[in-house]
Amino acid sequence: MIDLTDIKKIYATGDIQVVALAGVDLHVGAGEFVSIMGPSGSGKSTMMNILGCLDTPTAGQYFLDGTDVSKASGNQLAIIRNQKIGFVFQGFNLLPRTTALENVELPLLYAGLGAKERKERALLALESVGLAKRVHHRPKELSGGQQQRVAIARALVTRPAIILADEPTGNLDSRSSEEVMAIFQRVHEDGNTILIVTHEPDIAEYTRRIVRFRDGHIEGDERVQNPRKAMPQVEEEKGAVS
Amino acid sequence: MNFLESLRVSLRALKANKLRSMLTMLGIIIGVGAVIAMVAIGNGASASITSQIQGLGSNLLIVSPGQSNSGGVKGGAGSANTLKMEDLPKIQAAGSAVKAVAPSANKNVQVVYGSGNTSTNVTGTTAEYAEIRNVNVERGHFLTQQDVDGSARVAVLGPTVVENLMGSSTANVIGKTIKLNNVPFQVVGVTASQGSSGVMNNDDMIFVPITTAQMRLIGNKYLRQVFVEAASADMMQTAQEEITTALQKAHHIRAGKPDDFSIMNQADILATMQGVTQTMTMLLGGIAAISLLVGGIGIMNIMLVSVTERTREIGIRKAIGAKGRDILSQFLIEAVVLSILGGGIGIAFGWLGSNLVGKALKLNASMTVSSVLMAFGFSAAIGIIFGVFPARKAAAMDPIEALRYE
Repeated sequence: MIDLTDIKKIYATGDIQVVALAGVDLHVGAGEFVSIMGPSGSGKSTMMNILGCLDTPTAGQYFLDGTDVSKASGNQLAIIRNQKIGFVFQGFNLLPRTTALENVELPLLYAGLGAKERKERALLALESVGLAKRVHHRPKELSGGQQQRVAIARALVTRPAIILADEPTGNLDSRSSEEVMAIFQRVHEDGNTILIVTHEPDIAEYTRRIVRFRDGHIEGDERVQNPRKAMPQVEEEKGAVS
Repeated sequence: MNFLESLRVSLRALKANKLRSMLTMLGIIIGVGAVIAMVAIGNGASASITSQIQGLGSNLLIVSPGQSNSGGVKGGAGSANTLKMEDLPKIQAAGSAVKAVAPSANKNVQVVYGSGNTSTNVTGTTAEYAEIRNVNVERGHFLTQQDVDGSARVAVLGPTVVENLMGSSTANVIGKTIKLNNVPFQVVGVTASQGSSGVMNNDDMIFVPITTAQMRLIGNKYLRQVFVEAASADMMQTAQEEITTALQKAHHIRAGKPDDFSIMNQADILATMQGVTQTMTMLLGGIAAISLLVGGIGIMNIMLVSVTERTREIGIRKAIGAKGRDILSQFLIEAVVLSILGGGIGIAFGWLGSNLVGKALKLNASMTVSSVLMAFGFSAAIGIIFGVFPARKAAAMDPIEALRYE
């Protein structure tokens, strides 16, 4: 699914050259659930931007779902982001003053789908994250956890090749975090490829593989022996009531 | 993303900021409204002046005396006493292009009838005046040749004079005796209302025979003007030349010396006046167009603010697959919608304004289709021109930077 060969990213600010990525090789297969960890300044954010086709590497090759995207133009990158990548951000990044449904429809709008199909698919995606009853709420009217679930629905709605989540639980309390991770685990079980950038070891334990970054290269790459199973309290509450 | 979807997105953004959108549009509303109103009022003024000049009479030439020259001090045109009744038959006989001739000598007089008292202008003239100057008589009759020949003390009143004297313009005044500067005159007719032409009220006039006027009211033999009707519109130039030759001969003016009279041609007056009003219209329209330009800059200003403010939104849209083109069209459409909507409202205000001013000034302020189309096209163009820069700025944003923007 993802094939990185000797990816380098060098920022030139004046005379000083900052090496953000110093030759990274990484392979992520279809259906993997990977967390990328590392201290700040380790290059994991740069990695995320390149993986998400928001940025292109200075050198190296990046094959995403069989296509070389390392030399793509701005417009081509936009199309790739739209069709192959689903983003989940730390700050949710939903459009304010826009309902959950419309937020989820947005990627389909840019994909050029008709209004009817957009709505159907967006409703399905919202249903899959348990927000079928909140489709007409605006972000302000939703809790942090619910907003992040809308963002996940927005990432899923295009049926992308990979889902990239940048600190998806960074702004959430532990209960909402568990909720969100439960959704990621279920999405993974449905066969999706997921990469999560996080600095919280607890969160990484929910995934199946941990890639550790330090000083612009990969320091460690291990399988998670016993991945934690997220137990969302929402369901527990339901059980308690019935 | 197709055009309709972009339009929907843009409209929603404008609706989210109603007050700001309204204020931004205000510049365009005022600009377009002003252009439309100014052009309509200018056209109305031009049309009214044209109709007034044409209402003076058809194929009209006006012969005026020359400048007075006493001791080297030159007076204004028409101030000299060089036209006399004796010139009339010579002008009449000047050539085949001259159809009719009527003299005129004026004086302001005090008019008294019973307790009614007013001051107005008396024109001494002949029977031909009615035909040449398109004066219609509503009641009674106009001056006759016999009145002129016999220096009769008869008068034809304008409706305003009747109203001023008797309280109503329809009062029965025929056969009554009025006093002009204490000279009794019998009223033989009342003219039909012609309306006012600019500063002159054509209804506030009294006509008496030229002979009576010279003898009893003015006290000299000179004429202020001679009105000549040319045989046809094509003959006006010929008539002018014929009269010039005839008068030069009559006044013994040698070749190369300045004439002691001047001839104005209705067509020339018309062209001059139309030139003046056209210049005025263009001037006013130009000033209004500048306000339209200022409105356009207002749009650009607000769009720039809006782009900066929505940096994060732009980042989100780009991250989930919006191309530069999508962002560009979104912001461009916003700007164009603002300007076109403003233009539409401006046209409505311009129509309203030109109607109100037209009513107040008694003009037919006609809004032309061309000025509406021009204002509309202009405002759309302003939206595009002033929208492109902010929209390009938005489209060129780096998604990573934009997402990081707080």
